[in-house]
Amino acid sequence: MNLLSLFSRKRSAPVARERLQLLLAHERALAGHEDLAATLQEEILAVIAKHIPIDKDKVLVKLDKGDQVSTLEIDIEMPPALAGRP
Amino acid sequence: MSKVMVVTSGKGGVGKTTSSAALGAALAQAGQNVVIVDFDVGLRNLDLVMGAERRVVYDLVNVVQGDAKLAQALIRDKRLDTLSLLPASQTRDKDALTEEGVKMVINELREKFDWVLCDSPAGIEKGAMLAMRFADLAVVVTNPEVSSVRDSDRIIGMLDSKTVHAENGGKFEKHLLLTRYSPARAARGEMLKVEDVLDILAIPLLGIVPESEEVLNASNFGCPVTLHNPASAPARAYADAARRLLGEKIEIVQPSAEKPGLFSRLFNRKAMA
Repeated sequence: MNLLSLFSRKRSAPVARERLQLLLAHERALAGHEDLAATLQEEILAVIAKHIPIDKDKVLVKLDKGDQVSTLEIDIEMPPALAGRP
Repeated sequence: MSKVMVVTSGKGGVGKTTSSAALGAALAQAGQNVVIVDFDVGLRNLDLVMGAERRVVYDLVNVVQGDAKLAQALIRDKRLDTLSLLPASQTRDKDALTEEGVKMVINELREKFDWVLCDSPAGIEKGAMLAMRFADLAVVVTNPEVSSVRDSDRIIGMLDSKTVHAENGGKFEKHLLLTRYSPARAARGEMLKVEDVLDILAIPLLGIVPESEEVLNASNFGCPVTLHNPASAPARAYADAARRLLGEKIEIVQPSAEKPGLFSRLFNRKAMA
């Protein structure tokens, strides 16, 4: 290790602090909603199942957390009979 | 008025049991009548840290299930007669504890002691939830390290929502005990500083326990560090923390990064003997 690398070595504590602050902001916002995706999947499914017969395994609910925007993606495969109707 | 205080952290290995023993002993040294309850069913260790491992006959589970009376299970410390221990069971599974049973035991302990310290198991499972359930206040033990701080944040959220006190609409009293702190590493920017952890967790600071070989030394001997070497830095930190819990206003001094000089090393060695 030369003298230059000794000075330029990044201090780890500020990195830890920043990472924690970002992470905890997200986790606190989600507190009490840890299984939000599972709850949504179950309830959305129940609503749709009232009108259309669907296969439970063909429903996908995905919750994506980004820095700025979070997205909720719901993917439901319709039964062929319904999908073919005009 | 007796107080029920949970010593918790979420993460394992940060010093819950060490801190329970040291704070309990320090409160007892200050004249309080104290019992420390080990909630870590299946992995009890408080008995060992306090040097009472060969005196355990009955345990918390026996009392909860009605197989033994509370008085039979309590172990009085041989060094401090105002300090008692209620050990956890070593063999049975965690489901042996019920909310009703724990409530009954805690209420009975409230009548006998000024302080009931609940040494929580790690994690967020049943044992940890029951350890905090009936508490009036909490000491959150945290290391200046990312995973410990994250888990403490999670536990703080649970203290504010899952305790009886919080469910009744009360504001739950929480104190941060920062342990294994190395001032030299923090000064070099290699460890989260006290202010960093306080900023992130946003609960009041009870004390800073510096990383010290005295803590391991004391547990090797089965003696709370405040009894084993009262002059050592961690013992003084715990003793001050205990006095703050008793309402005294004592300024929190940040441990200095300087190495102890020859004089203080000699002094510490003498104090240890």
